[in-house]
Amino acid sequence: MNWVNAVIQGMLLGGQYALIACGLSLTFGVMRIVNLAHGDLAVCGAYLGLVLSSGLGVPVWVTLPLLLPAAFVVGMGLQVLLFGRALRHGVLAPVLVTFGLSIMIENLLQVAATSDPRGLNGGALTLASFHVSSGITVSWLFLTGFLTACAVLSGLQLLLTHTSWGRKVRATADDLDTARLVGIRVRPVFATVAGIAIATAALAGVFIGTIGTFDPLTGTDTLIFAFEAVVIGGIGSLWGTLAGGVGLGITQVVVGEVNQAYAVLAVNLLFLAVLTVRPGGLFASHQPAGEVLG
Amino acid sequence: MAGTLLEVAGLDVFYGDFQALFGVSMSVRSGCATALVGANGAGKTTLLRTIAGAQPPASGSVRYDGSDITAAPPHRRVSRGIALVPEGRKLFASLTVEENIQVGAAAAASDAWPLERIYGAFPLIAKRRKQRASTLSGGEQQAVAIARALAAAPTLLLLDEISLGLAPLVVEGLYETLAGLRSAGATLVIVEQDLRRAMDACDDLVCLLEGRVALAAPVAGVSRDQVVAAYFGEVRS
Repeated sequence: MNWVNAVIQGMLLGGQYALIACGLSLTFGVMRIVNLAHGDLAVCGAYLGLVLSSGLGVPVWVTLPLLLPAAFVVGMGLQVLLFGRALRHGVLAPVLVTFGLSIMIENLLQVAATSDPRGLNGGALTLASFHVSSGITVSWLFLTGFLTACAVLSGLQLLLTHTSWGRKVRATADDLDTARLVGIRVRPVFATVAGIAIATAALAGVFIGTIGTFDPLTGTDTLIFAFEAVVIGGIGSLWGTLAGGVGLGITQVVVGEVNQAYAVLAVNLLFLAVLTVRPGGLFASHQPAGEVLG
Repeated sequence: MAGTLLEVAGLDVFYGDFQALFGVSMSVRSGCATALVGANGAGKTTLLRTIAGAQPPASGSVRYDGSDITAAPPHRRVSRGIALVPEGRKLFASLTVEENIQVGAAAAASDAWPLERIYGAFPLIAKRRKQRASTLSGGEQQAVAIARALAAAPTLLLLDEISLGLAPLVVEGLYETLAGLRSAGATLVIVEQDLRRAMDACDDLVCLLEGRVALAAPVAGVSRDQVVAAYFGEVRS
């Protein structure tokens, strides 16, 4: 048993949770949509990666320049055609719509791709690792995943704080009605936010499929961890989401060292404990969601 | 007499089943200040929001600068020169003062109001430009709300209860700024609870009573008593 190793592996795993969760966090923070199909859309990203990389005969990383823009366009399309319309009918409608979308995606994937578990071709990165010290070996793939999550979150943070688009996003998150009144065109803002959210989900899906295997129902499990990361970190807070994901990952791996059977249970208990003690999340402030987005 | 910049006709506006405006018509002369007065719930804010495009009317029309804008979305109205300073200021709490003003320029009609000119008009908030809007005093927040609207380079500026909750001296300063805007050619519609201040600052006056126009006249042509009567619905002139 090696605690330091467990913490390091947990942290790296947590990066994966954060990567899948940041899109959820963004979607909720800006549009007030709880996207229950987020995990399934990530899995769609993995399947698209599978089709592209086996079709072209290249590792899945090579297909990212095609895959991510495609996911961005899908996200924009979903926002304009589905989520945006649902939002006009109160807070419950988007929940029902995304829940329905989740079921549709899972069943369509089962029809189109069967329930067989799949893995993605990650090239040389998949099996490469390096020794840090005795008992601590870090997989390049896990490290890449973690660094990618950090890069994506930092990039989002920079976009939100330092660009005119980011200002509009934060203003809209603060107060939708006033954002419209001062002349912000909310629809393109929402569409680009949804595009980015789904693109990050697809990227997370690619890592899920490279690190482990996936099948049409993987999205639901993924969604639960992503949700817990968002809630633990504080809804709408990107850095909180990273911290939440890392907290989940460390808990899962450290408890798994003791007894693998309790690993996921411990994660859910941590989630319950945070909800009880700090229902707003560890990094939530008293400001509106836009505060923490910026 | 100056030409008409804004003309609303027969506006009916509903919130669900509740009707807030009943066939409201009024016109605003170009380059003039119009006071919009009335008791709480008379429909003043609803009228301003309808002009700004936040509230679609069930019937009636809004004409601005010679064209019908009844169906135009808010951002298009902003880019044509209509800006609203909303009731309760409604600043973006997590944005800095400067970011609030920059967001106000998102659909600006022209670049007539760059940041330097705005800070020149509001030296107090220039010092606070990097602070979050939510950390400012009430008067400073109101100044930022006006600055945010000015950033859109408006021809028609709609101001909803800018003196609410502010010290008289602060209100005095804000009205001096408005007087400066008027002499620069802006057309103003001012919702104001203080009747005397409204009559002092404006050329025309429209009084709403329970969603209907009770009185519309040049300020010079009405007495304070007539306005008070229209305000409370005692006498119809």
